Amino acid sequence: MAGVVGGNDFQWCFSQVKGAIDEDVAEADIISTVEFNHSGEFLATGDKGGRVVIFQHEQECKNRPHLRGEYNVYSTFQSHEPEFDYLKSLEIEEKINKIRWLPQQNSAHFLLSTNDKTIKLWKISERDKRAEGYNLKDEDGRLRDPFRITSLRVPVLMPMDLMVEASSRRVFANAHTYHINSISVNSDHQTYISADDLRINLWHLEITDRSFNIVDIKPANMEELTEVITAAECQPNQCNVFVYSSSKGTIRLCDMRAAALCDRHTKFFEEPEDPSSRSFFSEIISSISDVKFSHSGRYMMTRDYLSVKVWDLNMENRPVETYQVHEYLRSKLCSLYENDCIFDKFECCWNGSDSAIMTGSYNNFFRMFDRNTRKDITLEASRESSKPHGTLKPRKVSTGGKRKKDEISVDSLDFNKKILHTAWHPKENVIAVAATNNLYIFQDKIN
Amino acid sequence: MAGADGDDSLYPIAVLIDELRNEDVQLRLNSIKKLSTIALALGVERTRTELLPFLTDTIYDEDEVLLALAEQLGNFTMLVGGPEYVHCLLPPLESLATVEETVVRDKAVESLRKISQEHSPVDLEVHFEPLVKRLASGDWFTSRTSACGLFSVCYPRVSSTVKAEIRQHFRTLCSDDTPMVRRAAASKLGEFAKVLELDYVKSDIISLFTALASDEQDSVRLLAVEACVSIATLLPQEDLETLVMPTLRQAAEDKSWRVRYMVADKFSELQKAVGPEITKNDLVPAFQNLLKDCEAEVRSAAAKKVKEFCENLPEDSRETIIMTHILPCVKELVSDTSQHVKSALASVIMGLSTILGKDNTVEHLLPLFLAQLKDECPEVRLNIISNLDCVNEVIGIRQLSQSLLPAIVELAEDAKWRVRLAIIEYMPLLAGQLGVEFFDEKLNTLCMAWLIDHVYAIREAATCNLMKLVEKFGAEWAQNTIVPKVLGMANDPNYLHRMTTLFCINALSEACGQDITTKHMLPVVLKMSNDQVANVRFNVAKSLQKIGPVLDSNALQTEVKPVLEKLATDTDMDVKYFAQEAIRVLALA
Repeated sequence: MAGVVGGNDFQWCFSQVKGAIDEDVAEADIISTVEFNHSGEFLATGDKGGRVVIFQHEQECKNRPHLRGEYNVYSTFQSHEPEFDYLKSLEIEEKINKIRWLPQQNSAHFLLSTNDKTIKLWKISERDKRAEGYNLKDEDGRLRDPFRITSLRVPVLMPMDLMVEASSRRVFANAHTYHINSISVNSDHQTYISADDLRINLWHLEITDRSFNIVDIKPANMEELTEVITAAECQPNQCNVFVYSSSKGTIRLCDMRAAALCDRHTKFFEEPEDPSSRSFFSEIISSISDVKFSHSGRYMMTRDYLSVKVWDLNMENRPVETYQVHEYLRSKLCSLYENDCIFDKFECCWNGSDSAIMTGSYNNFFRMFDRNTRKDITLEASRESSKPHGTLKPRKVSTGGKRKKDEISVDSLDFNKKILHTAWHPKENVIAVAATNNLYIFQDKIN
Repeated sequence: MAGADGDDSLYPIAVLIDELRNEDVQLRLNSIKKLSTIALALGVERTRTELLPFLTDTIYDEDEVLLALAEQLGNFTMLVGGPEYVHCLLPPLESLATVEETVVRDKAVESLRKISQEHSPVDLEVHFEPLVKRLASGDWFTSRTSACGLFSVCYPRVSSTVKAEIRQHFRTLCSDDTPMVRRAAASKLGEFAKVLELDYVKSDIISLFTALASDEQDSVRLLAVEACVSIATLLPQEDLETLVMPTLRQAAEDKSWRVRYMVADKFSELQKAVGPEITKNDLVPAFQNLLKDCEAEVRSAAAKKVKEFCENLPEDSRETIIMTHILPCVKELVSDTSQHVKSALASVIMGLSTILGKDNTVEHLLPLFLAQLKDECPEVRLNIISNLDCVNEVIGIRQLSQSLLPAIVELAEDAKWRVRLAIIEYMPLLAGQLGVEFFDEKLNTLCMAWLIDHVYAIREAATCNLMKLVEKFGAEWAQNTIVPKVLGMANDPNYLHRMTTLFCINALSEACGQDITTKHMLPVVLKMSNDQVANVRFNVAKSLQKIGPVLDSNALQTEVKPVLEKLATDTDMDVKYFAQEAIRVLALA
């Protein structure tokens, strides 16, 4: 797969857009997480209104061979409701912070969804048969005379239209004092971790009444707090390894074999700071907003405000690759601080073969980097450029001096249009990009 | 009115059948639990052709309904027409064995195992074994995990060709891609080994065991430790060293603390399975390492096994091994950094004294007991005190009494009421072992102080404690030491303390006997019937009801009856009620 970020032989093209077109966007409709399942057949999104929408990939249709199958709504359900914690006088938002699919275990599909406090396990299953025939009622629902029952009828199963049901299977509650930022399913298929600002808990997927606290960075005195956990993930192949990133730009790798409590890390990844570029914002922009293992488990990628870094797990002192996402914003940090954008938490993702990475930016731009060719590309998720099967034109932001044709100046970027959540199909070149309340699906052009 | 050709006998069954699909889970559950009634009414033919096909596809239901269904089907053989037709039950159980909920799957497997016994050898090969194969090669891991539990029930009853296939299936599942299946296989390895011929145990099982014990997932490796116990018991002693021990040694030094924990947790079973020689050469050093493990969870698990391990050591070298190898590690654990480790040790350490005898106990163990009695963690002290009886038998408790007393006093005054409660519960035991003199001198005041504790649970336990002490030391002792103090509280300004007097009298009257009750307690109770607090007055009524049977009829008629009659006209509703209740129970009306 050469050059997935674009080139002569490869182009991204528009496939679908989901969500309303209206200019006024309801807060509840803003997409807060996007996640493909392990086969790529399903795509789940969560929103600020606590809903989860699942799309299913339809098989290719024969009369339009140039088109890959589309993703259509499979199931929609309300995962979380707003709550109020009366003891602490706190509102608990229904916003879905993360969705994680479980490895498939039978014909049904399972996923974990979480808001700030409570993690839920959902089962999404199909039903295509319905039982028919009652003893006490006739076909029209009229009651029969109990004395006129001369024979017993056993219900018979008849085929019916396919029905998809989402049912809540487990609720993992009351284990997080702070806001949950990550959940990650372990490769042992029986446990998962959940991380909040200060603690990481280990759960058994079948046990809801207890979890084990494996990391606790809460200082005895909260005034001494200098660092919070920003993301955590389990290694995809080794069940004993997980990492967590911090607001100081560091990543700790822990080995659960060593001890029951993982307060002491096994590896500590940190890039020494360049003293020449130090400023008031250094610490804020170095905070890691997302950490993701490559599918192979050899590398991990971290996203901070201005860059994406790829680390080799065997080298702790610096990343093996660093990609600038929107370096042109470095001169704008002051205003980004004032409008709070500097605290935006951008996520990042790998493609299926770990050869390319994708992350979001402002103005509905998102960026892709090819790790082999070192090429990068900026694309835009917008209604204007979304003609059916139209190819996406690369975008450029002018970085000072004269603005060339087709370039956008930094000052005209729209900072309210941000792409925080993206997902890459685990096997194919299909990507899902959440732009506010719209979900864009792009794919490689089939010639 | 029933119609001419009508009959309502089918009605209840009709309701049950319809409720199999009711919206209310409780009603569905109820119907499933009465599935045998439905089947009986339908008869074997319709049960086989209509009911079972319907149930086979009803796997969308709530877990509790599916669980009940899986259980019912295990007892359904007669309802489908006896062993000849038992295979009709396989389809519904097969679909239940693939659901995602472990409890349901396990129950389905349990029922399948049960009905496998009702299959004739021919049916077993024609119907049951194909089902096991289908499950074992199913697409989803839920079905493959269920298959793991079924091999051992069919293996002994099938032909040798089928046996070979079963072994092959089991081998495949042991190296399944998903850890779930490997875990299921590992947990059934021991059970499967038991039904296999010894040659196959050596050729097949050992290699599977070795592979699972070095699986990349710790959750699989730790299950191999359990299998190790069953496999070791099956093999002749001379093969253990080459076939099992390398793996066991490796597990005891595993990188993952969870695997080492499992070894520590199963240590006694392992010890019995491998026998005395290997224990001496291998397990003793392994046990020492576990007691010194860097993970507190592992040390706790090992500490809990100290007594059992020492007890099961071969007699000829037991004392030497304990003194030279185990005791030094135990000494270190006494000052461990983790209180869980210390308290695990404290719960068994006293047991060593019976094994080591008087001299060693005095010289080596006593200092450890004393150190633990002074431990900062109350649980450690409590665990020592609760096991005093072991030491008492060997050296007598007097040796300890000097240190015991401060420890008891401190626990008795602990800020946590649960700790105080725990020590109260050991008071009768301590009193018995320390003797009445020591008790009067040192502990009596504590026991009385608990009666006015500000936590009700403590006051209640203290009352109960007094009763047990009286049972131990006798009525005369009670009259001299306890009763005066208890009765004195009847004049306390705090009504809660006055009520405690009543509660004590309730508890003590029987143990003290008629004489003391009539002469000393009754007058106080009667006097309290004039108390200004209604709660005290109705407790007087309750007390009178309680102590009534101990009194003679004269006292009842002349003293108790008038007081109760007066209370029965009390202005307070509750007082009235309990007074009437007492009159009724004592038959004074």
